Amino acid sequence: MSAVAAPDDVLSVRGLNVTVRDTVLVADVDLTVGPGERVGLIGESGSGKSLTALSILGLLPDDVVADGSIRLAGVGPDLVGTDEKTLSRIRGRDLAMVFQEPMTALNPTMRIGDQIAEVMLIHQTRSGRAAARAAAAELLERVQLPPDLLRAYPHQLSGGQRQRVVLAIALANDPALLICDEPTTALDVTVQALVLDLIVSGVRERSSALLFITHDLAVVATVCDRVLVMYGGRVVESGPITTLFTTPRHRYTQGLLAASNLEPHDAPTASDFADGAYPDSGSGDVAPSSRTRSRRLTTIPGTVPAAGHFPSGCVFRNRCAHATDVCATTPPWTGTATHGYACHHPAGAQDA
Amino acid sequence: MRRLNASLIAGGVIVGGIVLMALVSFVWTPYDATLVDPASRLAQPSWEHWFGTDKFGRDVLSQIMVGSRTTLFVGVVAVGVAAVIGVPLGVLAAMVRRWPSELIMRANDLLLAFPALLLAIMFGAVFGASTLTAMVAIGIASVPSFARVIRSGALQVMRTEYVLAARAAGRQPLPIALRHVLPNVTSLITVQASVSFAIAVLAEAALSFLGYGTPPPTPSWGRMLQESQEFLFTAPRLAVFPGVAIAIAVLGFNLLGDGLRDRFDPKLEDRR
Amino acid sequence: MPDQPAIVATDLVRDFPRPRTSLLTPAPVVHALRGVSLEVKQGERFGIVGESGCGKSTLLRLIAALDRPTSGQIVVEGTDITNLPERRLRFLRENLQLVFQDPMSSLDPRMRVRDIIAEPLVVQGHPASGARVRELLDAVGLPANAGERYPHQFSGGQRQRISIARALAPRPRILIADEPVSALDVSVRAQVLNLISDLVDELDLTLVFVSHDLSVVKHVCDRVAVMNAGQIVETGPTADVYAAPQHAYTQRLVSAIPTLQRALSGATTADLLSHPAAPSKGAPA
Repeated sequence: MSAVAAPDDVLSVRGLNVTVRDTVLVADVDLTVGPGERVGLIGESGSGKSLTALSILGLLPDDVVADGSIRLAGVGPDLVGTDEKTLSRIRGRDLAMVFQEPMTALNPTMRIGDQIAEVMLIHQTRSGRAAARAAAAELLERVQLPPDLLRAYPHQLSGGQRQRVVLAIALANDPALLICDEPTTALDVTVQALVLDLIVSGVRERSSALLFITHDLAVVATVCDRVLVMYGGRVVESGPITTLFTTPRHRYTQGLLAASNLEPHDAPTASDFADGAYPDSGSGDVAPSSRTRSRRLTTIPGTVPAAGHFPSGCVFRNRCAHATDVCATTPPWTGTATHGYACHHPAGAQDA
Repeated sequence: MRRLNASLIAGGVIVGGIVLMALVSFVWTPYDATLVDPASRLAQPSWEHWFGTDKFGRDVLSQIMVGSRTTLFVGVVAVGVAAVIGVPLGVLAAMVRRWPSELIMRANDLLLAFPALLLAIMFGAVFGASTLTAMVAIGIASVPSFARVIRSGALQVMRTEYVLAARAAGRQPLPIALRHVLPNVTSLITVQASVSFAIAVLAEAALSFLGYGTPPPTPSWGRMLQESQEFLFTAPRLAVFPGVAIAIAVLGFNLLGDGLRDRFDPKLEDRR
Repeated sequence: MPDQPAIVATDLVRDFPRPRTSLLTPAPVVHALRGVSLEVKQGERFGIVGESGCGKSTLLRLIAALDRPTSGQIVVEGTDITNLPERRLRFLRENLQLVFQDPMSSLDPRMRVRDIIAEPLVVQGHPASGARVRELLDAVGLPANAGERYPHQFSGGQRQRISIARALAPRPRILIADEPVSALDVSVRAQVLNLISDLVDELDLTLVFVSHDLSVVKHVCDRVAVMNAGQIVETGPTADVYAAPQHAYTQRLVSAIPTLQRALSGATTADLLSHPAAPSKGAPA
């Protein structure tokens, strides 16, 4: 309701900034995930979504600094500024992560079964080696892999199988929060479908909360209840999936939805987004044939600036058709903590 | 304008200094480097002999100066031979089909297994001992490592889509090698060249000691180092001066190699 | 020759020998293509869809004569290229050009953009004038001064524009695009798809568009071939294949694609795994 975090939130991030030397990469990010809630974080490259995840895990590179507050339910200290020793006790137990690249997430010299068992032995969530092995076999079954893979090495598995092993390891200690960073981007569509379903059923069985990071709007809409849109290191809009994707308020969200819509523009579902406000930056004045017209996609002009080169004030204003002088000031957050936007000229407003 | 980097400047200054020293030695040295003066055997460094004299009374500074010619000669010949044969061989092995490539690399392995010094001694026995034959032999012995390193780099380049695009545009193999493969393995070539240079200078020292390198009385840093052995405890400076000279030369060429690599990498052009 | 098909492939087979694992048994063989036949008409936008390892890249290389089939035949614009030596492939090198997936690896990092774009012209002995390079840069929506810079100074989308400019330089009649937007951000993907669409129309190109993403292919192409395990399992008009897939693999593929429309009408991850015979929600009739 208010901007104050509800006391029972599993994850509560307040005023997170991430900087490298003098360059601000993530600015003033607020983010909460309730118990059992599945929250998506979407953005394009350079939006700061992965840095936000790494900040929560305390895994930022050496010269990258986070400040603000990151609190995890049931864990005493603020994760920002906590020493590595404490963090390593939290990671893998209360907080688990699935990365994009399943190739590098597993140790190539260890058997699959040992790697799953290890994470339980490290955190002493199973009493002894035998119990951990039994649990590993069960976890493998839960991600629909045959038990003989326990004795296999990572290179003997396909990419999708490896990602399922990574998921099994992440879920081994029933974490309060699972963070997935582009977990299916490197996978084929049919394999993606299975891994997504395993992630959702995995967190549902454990009542774990999920923070799901991706650039894919359709994936986030299928997996999550609520979503935050990041651009230029800031959260520009957030809200429940259906509301945000049917009536976007921020001009970037609106542009992103329009650009990802591959249906012909005369289709009824597309008319909400195709307001024609975005001049295309494509290839000059080709007279569009009737066939082309239906094939043209709505685009966001220009390109995503490099880190540290986003404009001041509203980070989107140099690509926005609605930008005015007032956009040079940082737009205030309108709405509640879990549903709102930061835009001076929101879509759907009376005077837009 | 492209910025000069620190390695390039430092390496350039050191290598330039050695070249200058070699050039000066043609017209002037404090003493005749081969002049034997029994009266001042094993003299300590002094105003007359800045670096002292050796067991025959020869001026060490003069020998270092003249010896720099040998060192440069050694480096240029050995690295030149190795690069001129090894680079095309490595690129070729990466570009041809399976079995000719196998043939090149197995022949390469055979040569790699053959001791470099033994090859140089054989060359010396057949063609007569001289700095040139020794260095051609060392150069040939360094071909396999060149070919191997360049082949692995060239294989990576051959797998890129820009090579595929060039083939689809009708580029023939030789232009692909010259336009795309070579420019993208230059960093490997410079690194390998500076490593080979160091090996060649040290090999020249060893060969001179065995009598298959630079024949006396022509001064060479390697032979000075070998000759200083018997006085290691009584006159260690005889080992220190040529040793330091070799170390500085190797360092200089390595820095120059690194510097050149960065200088020609367009990705580093607009970085600071 | 207006009615002559642009590309005809007949029963293409391509086997790759793997390194021997034993002296006693023959070297194992990977069957990348197991008898692929297809026909692409002049001016058609033809899509090839399949997941990793299905053989679509191998097929492209065969069509572009960058690799030779183990057996089968490829005819491009009426000429059998199956066993033509490189020196007789000049017509193909001028008329058929490729755009690749990875905007990082498809441009030589050591060459200036103007030299990259001019390369096909130089190779084929055409005068590579600065004017032609500027014209190409303009056609793909890049400023004229882009020619002086190096590839790493551009974003992924801009690099893909450079790739397209290079492909168009020799005025080809067939453009083969291998996953051209898979590595791009959503907002940039739309720009590049529009650019390809416009150029194909404007220059009357035959387009062969390869992707793992059926929804992108559906947007771009008229007809599609679905590949699985080295074979084409289904061919047809894109809208039909998408709306009413016939082959079991295509059905699985179509239902696995998450779309906003399906998600907003309540589809869950479990629905991605079911493959009903009925068309998926949100697909046009």
